[in-house]
Amino acid sequence: MSTDIGPIVSTLRRHRTTAWLLVLEIALTCAIVCNAVFLIGQRLDRVNMPSGVAEQELVQIQLGDLAAGKDRYARAQEDMALLRQVPGVQSVAITNQVPFGGSSSNSNLRIDPSQHDPVANAATYLGENLPQTLGTRLVAGRKLAPGDYVNADVAVDALNRGRTEGLPTVAVITRALAERLWPGQEPLGRMVYLTDKAGVRVVGVLDTLVRPNAYRDATAQYAVILPLHMGADKDESYLLRTRPQDRQRVLAAAVAALHKADPQRVVTRKRTFAEVRQEFFRSDREMAGTLVGVCIALLTVTALGIVGLASFWVSQRRRTIGVRRALGATRADILRYFQTENFLLATAGIVLGMVLAYGLNLFLMAHYELPRLPIGYLPAGALALWLLGQLAVLGPALRAAEVPPVVATRSA
Amino acid sequence: MFTYYLDLALRSLSRNKALTALMVLAIALGIGACMTTLTVLHVLSGDPLPGKSAQLYYPQLDPRDMDGYQPGGDPPSQVTWIDGMNLLHAKRADRQALMTGGAVPVQPAQSAIEPFFENARYTTADFFPMFDVPMLYGRAWSAADDEGSARVAVISRKLNDKLFQGRDSTGQTLRMNDVAFRVIGVLDQWRMSPHFYDLNSGNYAEDEGVYVPLTTAKDMKLARNGSTDCWGKGSDPDHMDTAPCVWLQFWVQLDTPAKAAAYKQFLVHYSQEQKALGRFQRPPNVRLPDVMGWLDYNKVVPGDVRLQAWLALGFLLVCLVNTVGLMLAKFLRRSSELGVRRALGASRREVFMQLLVESGVIGLTGGIAGLLLALLGLWLVRKQPSDYAALAHLDLPMLLTTFLLAVGATLLAGLLPAWRACQVTPALQLKSN
Repeated sequence: MSTDIGPIVSTLRRHRTTAWLLVLEIALTCAIVCNAVFLIGQRLDRVNMPSGVAEQELVQIQLGDLAAGKDRYARAQEDMALLRQVPGVQSVAITNQVPFGGSSSNSNLRIDPSQHDPVANAATYLGENLPQTLGTRLVAGRKLAPGDYVNADVAVDALNRGRTEGLPTVAVITRALAERLWPGQEPLGRMVYLTDKAGVRVVGVLDTLVRPNAYRDATAQYAVILPLHMGADKDESYLLRTRPQDRQRVLAAAVAALHKADPQRVVTRKRTFAEVRQEFFRSDREMAGTLVGVCIALLTVTALGIVGLASFWVSQRRRTIGVRRALGATRADILRYFQTENFLLATAGIVLGMVLAYGLNLFLMAHYELPRLPIGYLPAGALALWLLGQLAVLGPALRAAEVPPVVATRSA
Repeated sequence: MFTYYLDLALRSLSRNKALTALMVLAIALGIGACMTTLTVLHVLSGDPLPGKSAQLYYPQLDPRDMDGYQPGGDPPSQVTWIDGMNLLHAKRADRQALMTGGAVPVQPAQSAIEPFFENARYTTADFFPMFDVPMLYGRAWSAADDEGSARVAVISRKLNDKLFQGRDSTGQTLRMNDVAFRVIGVLDQWRMSPHFYDLNSGNYAEDEGVYVPLTTAKDMKLARNGSTDCWGKGSDPDHMDTAPCVWLQFWVQLDTPAKAAAYKQFLVHYSQEQKALGRFQRPPNVRLPDVMGWLDYNKVVPGDVRLQAWLALGFLLVCLVNTVGLMLAKFLRRSSELGVRRALGASRREVFMQLLVESGVIGLTGGIAGLLLALLGLWLVRKQPSDYAALAHLDLPMLLTTFLLAVGATLLAGLLPAWRACQVTPALQLKSN
């Protein structure tokens, strides 16, 4: 094998431009594919972001009134009582927002009302019966109790008058938020402030509960739940918990029951939580799909390029091959010659490709808030391109090996 | 001579069908991918109101309290009711409109159509002339209708088709939120993309079905859609006119740059005045971006779309390098044939031209195939559920760009192989055989 390298290099020297073009093609492919695979990994990580809720057991319903009028709070209680009667429903909640719902309500949180800058911005879930229905696990403290709840309009009025009376006094928060507010300390019993007047005591810590606007990994789990009775409104959602296999049936039955109770209402949204996640991560999934397509297309084009070029060289060197065969080279020698040649070209391409991949990653980091390309991607990319090169060259190389020694005696 | 070269090129190309197909396919794929992504990028970063957008401005003020104040920070993206109304009534611009998005329950007269929620825009009279909104039937409302909170509505062509089968519905009654509105106008086809005047509805959201005077919507407490940003004591859904919250969009038309400069000065004076009155606490912080400036500031074009365009360019580059390599190998293989032609008196320039015609043929075929692939790609994009999907169409400028890109790229790619191949020394090539 080692004896081949000398003649191969001197042959390639004579096809310098062509050889360099192939090296460049392999290098570009290597650089783009390494980064694309990295991006695909990033997107898939995002798509699989944990929500902390019983996703396979939840459905969401939103309703709008055709005419305003009835007492919204009484109405919400009636609706929830009605929904609890729907066969298969295990638990019912009303909420101002849903995890991964996109549209969100958020608060700037302070641990001291006189702090100038807030410590964290967290999604503020307002509603009734939420942790139980969502199925998010309580890891410390207690659940929100019936005595904790106040009506949302009373709370808004108290805020407007600058009074603390009528505001909720307790809240449960996620572990991630607790760690942000009080790193390494016990959060239970501590006060957190939504405004300088509205302070709530943390009574429970949730394992995970993702926010509706989970666009950044670092803050995705910053959420707080306040015990408020919400009025029925087009922006509020009912969440129903049921068995996974009952979701569609429960959704239809619940909508029918609500419609029967009051035909003057329009269902503006009904979906399973699986659909909520599906919609939220749609663009990430699409992008991952596009990237997979680009990788396949790049590798195919490069492979075909190698096949085409190798075929050329084989047919161009038929006479030389014949001479070598006549002088005693075996078929395996010829096969190995072309395989070695491809290996050398691929190696040069990979080395250049690594540098390009690194540069491309720097560009992406500057423009798309991406982390650095893990070093492990480079050997994986190298291996893939070596394999691709060897596979692509195999056909032409076998054809070369078939060239009979007699060719040497014929004129070209 | 050209036809002769063309004939030679076609002969040479048909001799190696698989290779020719490979080169054409590589170019076609590269061009197709590039055109698809560049068209989407072009459509998404387009000017929603060409010729008019430079005269439309979006005033920004900072009415917040000192909580979390950072000098040099960005003012809020919307205005409060009080500031919006003050600026509207000041009438310092050529035209001005205050608005917010919403949703109204529509109760069709026909029992065949179930009641439904329709996206609405609550705005003021200048909205229609300022944004050049085309009217199919009737007219928009007047400033007097705004003052009197008139129960009038303008509806979109699509909604008119749904409710009135496309007939002229002006004068008809439309029941919304349990109140009878009089339809006074029907819009012709109108879609602003990006949905620049209110990005809260989604950057490429479709335009609304129902338009109602802002004062009417407030009187009737019609439901709002959009973002609300509050400070101090916070939001109060029942008293949004006095709540310390920004939730309205305010647009002005200023016909000359001088007027725009004067308007910005006016905004500074207004902020100072409000600060003197104690309403504003922060030092004046005003901005006055025009439409394209506003879209830039909000980074409206999705990052993924840009990334896809970069990827496609990278892919095209690989495809071109691939084709250059193959063409070069092919031309060099024909060195002896070219040597004979040179020996028989063809000049180096003539051989070069001959080879360039051959690469041009590949480029042209690849370009046409690439265009077809781009049409297929755009059709696939339109099948996606994104809100901008429906906009992905090839327009004439992009069609010409495709064509130029395809031919230009391959001619450029053909230059190197053709130049290398025509360097042959006739004697050497003849001797070796």
